[in-house]
Amino acid sequence: MYDAPLRKTDVEANEIKISAKDVQVFYGDNHAIKDVSVELQDKTVTAFIGPSGCGKSTFLRCLNRMNDTIDVCRVEGLIALDGEDIYDKRVDPVQLRAKVGMVFQKPNPFPKSIYDNVAYGPRIHGLAKNKAELDDIVEKALRRGAIWNEVKDRLHAPGTGLSGGQQQRLCIARAVATEPEVLLMDEPCSALDPIATAQVEELIDELRTNYSVVIVTHSMQQAARVSQKTAFFHLGNLVEYGETSQIFTNPVDSRTESYITGRIG
Amino acid sequence: MSDLKHHIATAFDRDLEGIQAQILKMGGLVEAAIHDSAKSLETRDEELAEQVRKGDLAIDEMEESLNEEAARVIALRQPAASDLRVVLSVMRMSANLERIGDLSKNMAKRTTVLAQMTQINGSTTALRRMARDVEMMLKDALDAYIKRDEALARDVIERDADVDQMYNTLFREFLTFMLEDPRNITSCMHLHFIAKNIERMGDHVTAIAEQVIFLATGEKPEGVRVKEDRTSSDPALSADL
Repeated sequence: MYDAPLRKTDVEANEIKISAKDVQVFYGDNHAIKDVSVELQDKTVTAFIGPSGCGKSTFLRCLNRMNDTIDVCRVEGLIALDGEDIYDKRVDPVQLRAKVGMVFQKPNPFPKSIYDNVAYGPRIHGLAKNKAELDDIVEKALRRGAIWNEVKDRLHAPGTGLSGGQQQRLCIARAVATEPEVLLMDEPCSALDPIATAQVEELIDELRTNYSVVIVTHSMQQAARVSQKTAFFHLGNLVEYGETSQIFTNPVDSRTESYITGRIG
Repeated sequence: MSDLKHHIATAFDRDLEGIQAQILKMGGLVEAAIHDSAKSLETRDEELAEQVRKGDLAIDEMEESLNEEAARVIALRQPAASDLRVVLSVMRMSANLERIGDLSKNMAKRTTVLAQMTQINGSTTALRRMARDVEMMLKDALDAYIKRDEALARDVIERDADVDQMYNTLFREFLTFMLEDPRNITSCMHLHFIAKNIERMGDHVTAIAEQVIFLATGEKPEGVRVKEDRTSSDPALSADL
């Protein structure tokens, strides 16, 4: 008759994929991320939630060094992927981003064919020896993106001609084509209708068997539906991090409670 | 919620306040039903008993409308954390209150039958005292609900042991009366059912107090409650008479 004890998800035993310690991010004088330490698990969907401007996207972008492209942005602290510091001088950000893929808010296919969109990454990273291998990689990626059946007969049609939901799944297929280990998603469904959203969410759940997925979302229901772990950010601080079911039924911090029950925006 | 700020959507606040006001109103009706049925038993007031029987319909209807309202809040507002606990606890408490209402109605029905029989000395007074204890427990459980008072809820749960104890005593008394004079059997059977009903009411009140703890803390009360009604498990209570 009680909902406690809460259903335990099976992720506790998973290994740590990304470990962040005392991370600070500054945009010029603006201290955007304050002392964030968190351990993200492999083969787990972790959701970052919090009000606009709380730092969740900024922190997500630290995980594949996307903030390097912003001149005024300064990142301090340690972020390690499989125990190796990703901000080490010897790390090539391009290689890092092949391992840590990213999907953005708005579907952004290249103005190329569906095939070339997916083949782009494997080509520049030299993952295929010949055309047949590349064909295999493209098919596999499109299958993982749950869009193969819809596009297999028109692989050479432009990617921009697909519907919004299909474009987003194409972008996910493109992101997984380089065999990443981590997939970062910054509000991947905010431009999609509920059906396309459900398809992408189903896809995220499937991707969990192979990847560590980190998703930033404004929809708390989405975080509750797709993730096993949830991190709540507020004003640049990581306020609470725990099992999703615990965060949504019995959060420890009153700020988390206020946010998920719709009391602060 | 007193300890948290208001929702950004004020209609959500109104919805939650609405179902909580309704459960308290329902609680008030059930308190009155316990009180009146026990009173009608002691004073042999058949008219009052009839009122209790009729009044149960209103309680049943409130349970139904509360469940509908709670389902609506879940569907439209997707409550989480403490909001979800408010909705869940209201649904569970309304089921407990509805059962207490039924048990009161049953007591009132038996009042009508017992009014035609000879009194068994002092028993209805004892039953009324027992019912009053349960009524006070319910009042405190509802107060604890309003104030989210975990300590008071725990106190209510502990007091259920006294009610169980009273039931044990009455059980033995009724057995004695029946052994003394078989003409007492019919009345004593009815009186025993009433005692058992009141004891069951105490259990429902306990469940309500447990909901208060769940609401206040987010966790189910720890520890196993000791059940003091041993008449069904302890042979010594039925033997040696």
